[in-house]
Amino acid sequence: MSPAEETQIAQSARNGWLLATPSLIILALAAVGPLLIVLVYSFLAPGEYGNVEWMFSIDGWRGILWTKDIFDEGKFILADAHLTIFWRSVKLSLMTTAFTFAVGFPTAWFIATRSPRSRTMWLFLITIPFWTNLLIRTFAINEVIRNEGLLNTILLKIGVITQPINMIYTDGAVFVGMTYVYLPLMVLPLFAAIDRFDMRLLEAAYDLYAGRWQVLRRVILPIVRPGIVAGSILVFVPALGAYVTPRILGGGKNMMIGNFIELQFGQGRDWPLGASLSILLLIVVTAALLLYVRITGRESAHG
Amino acid sequence: MGQAVAVEARNAVKEFGAGPSAVRALNDVSVSILEGEFFTLLGPSGCGKTTLLRLIAGFEMPSSGTILLNGQDISYLPPNKRPVNTVFQSYALFPHLTVAENIGFGLQMQGRPKSEVTATVKRMLELVKLEPLANRKSSQLSGGQQQRVALARALAPSPKVLLLDEPLSALDLKLRKEMQIELKRLQLETGITFIFVTHDQEEALTMSDRIGVMSAGKLQQVGSPRDIYNKPVNRFVASFIGETNFLPASRKGSSLVLAGGHSVDAPAGGTDGQHVTITVRPEQVRLVDSAESGAIPAKVTSLVYFGTDTHCYMALADGTEIIARLQSPATGEAGLAQGQNVALRFAPGSVQVLGD
Repeated sequence: MSPAEETQIAQSARNGWLLATPSLIILALAAVGPLLIVLVYSFLAPGEYGNVEWMFSIDGWRGILWTKDIFDEGKFILADAHLTIFWRSVKLSLMTTAFTFAVGFPTAWFIATRSPRSRTMWLFLITIPFWTNLLIRTFAINEVIRNEGLLNTILLKIGVITQPINMIYTDGAVFVGMTYVYLPLMVLPLFAAIDRFDMRLLEAAYDLYAGRWQVLRRVILPIVRPGIVAGSILVFVPALGAYVTPRILGGGKNMMIGNFIELQFGQGRDWPLGASLSILLLIVVTAALLLYVRITGRESAHG
Repeated sequence: MGQAVAVEARNAVKEFGAGPSAVRALNDVSVSILEGEFFTLLGPSGCGKTTLLRLIAGFEMPSSGTILLNGQDISYLPPNKRPVNTVFQSYALFPHLTVAENIGFGLQMQGRPKSEVTATVKRMLELVKLEPLANRKSSQLSGGQQQRVALARALAPSPKVLLLDEPLSALDLKLRKEMQIELKRLQLETGITFIFVTHDQEEALTMSDRIGVMSAGKLQQVGSPRDIYNKPVNRFVASFIGETNFLPASRKGSSLVLAGGHSVDAPAGGTDGQHVTITVRPEQVRLVDSAESGAIPAKVTSLVYFGTDTHCYMALADGTEIIARLQSPATGEAGLAQGQNVALRFAPGSVQVLGD
């Protein structure tokens, strides 16, 4: 390699870094810095009125699963209330992911098989919910399903029910709200994958004695899998950390991890526990993402 | 090779769309394709040949008429219930599967035991000479290799009939010639009925046992390559396959009188005074001494050298244009010049009278 060539390569590498510098600075200031603070706080002791005492402690981390026994100083008991919240978060997120897939896949297939013109229109319609603030959309659902809300009022008026059905502040309400909020995030990557799918493969599969279900299971699903994985991650990750939806539709009783974390920084006045929970959530999400990268990476390595 | 009928179309009609805007892609086609035969459907694009193939495969259902397989009506049987497999123009290999998995797909869907699938896949890989590529993904293959996989995949379930939809059109010329020989070999080795769709007349002539020439949704002529080339029944068939000359003539006894008054020998039939069109292939036009009896005078309008032969464009006295394909002599020059007066004759038995 000639010296001039080396200089040129070094220079282009330097220019590449230069181009990325502004966003790297923003990321460092806005994400990495605060995250480090959260990490440090998770290993400190809680202050009397919130905040932290600058004293090393693993109580924050221990507090995720165990809580101090109020009758026996120094003894810890399993915090089943926390487990309930974790389980509810994972369960509702998985249910939301599964349901948005079940509903989103036929929708994405429908859109991908339209003519290019109406396809644009359908995609446009799918994105409409993004135009309004999440908070407002969630309150709108609240308006529909609360006891004096639209749905109950109508059902009462036409005499289907005599007592309002209690829908608000249940896991079901949170599930419905999250399904609504995250559905577009499932449909869009699925659409992108199905759009690339060569429909002629369907005839090839039918020709080779595959029935309808076999065509779906053996040909369509494996080929659009990257879209399924992407959509599932895009729904599952934010659903797991959801805050607004469970807060408004789940009320105080049906907390998810996001609300639980917020509680520690507010009324709970246990910042180290809140910090530990935040880091735990981050680890779970990162693990899920790594899994995604590994699955899709293996797929592309095969061609 | 048996002579039993493998596939039969009876008055098959296929219309796309509805009402007055409906397009009739297939217009009352009846044809019988024999067992073990290499049958080619030949015609320009939009002639209905692919529609007929798709009716046999089961991807389309006839608007009216019937499709029979070994005497059984399969008109409305879905493709996965027909012992018929297709080699697609685009190959349509499954990108997520390896070569071996692609070839085994049909057998697996039929629920054959694993050992049988493995054995058949191995045999198919040998048949198409792709053993070293068994574990490659189909996207890592060249066009020619993909073509072989598509063939092996369609042959693996031992179908009664193999349908080939312009399978060679995406290959370059050299590969296409190789695959023509390969296809013929496979057909003879497996003994399976091949129905081959193409718009390439040379492909049709070199590979087929019989050819069905299609145009405008109708079957124009069915016959051996020699029949189709030498005895075309109408103007379309004569002009679509090879080059040819058309001449107006009228019948007089056992001969035909050309517009210029010269008469030529013709096959018997027809009524006296009937106006017909005759056709003569350029290689059957001979230049002769003008003193010879029956010689027709003509004038050379241009000469085009093609290597093996020279095309000599001429005009008869009445202005009718005629082409002769003359073998190029070893010395190179045919001893002809533009504007030269010559005389020509048609080789005995080479004149065909067209139906329309």
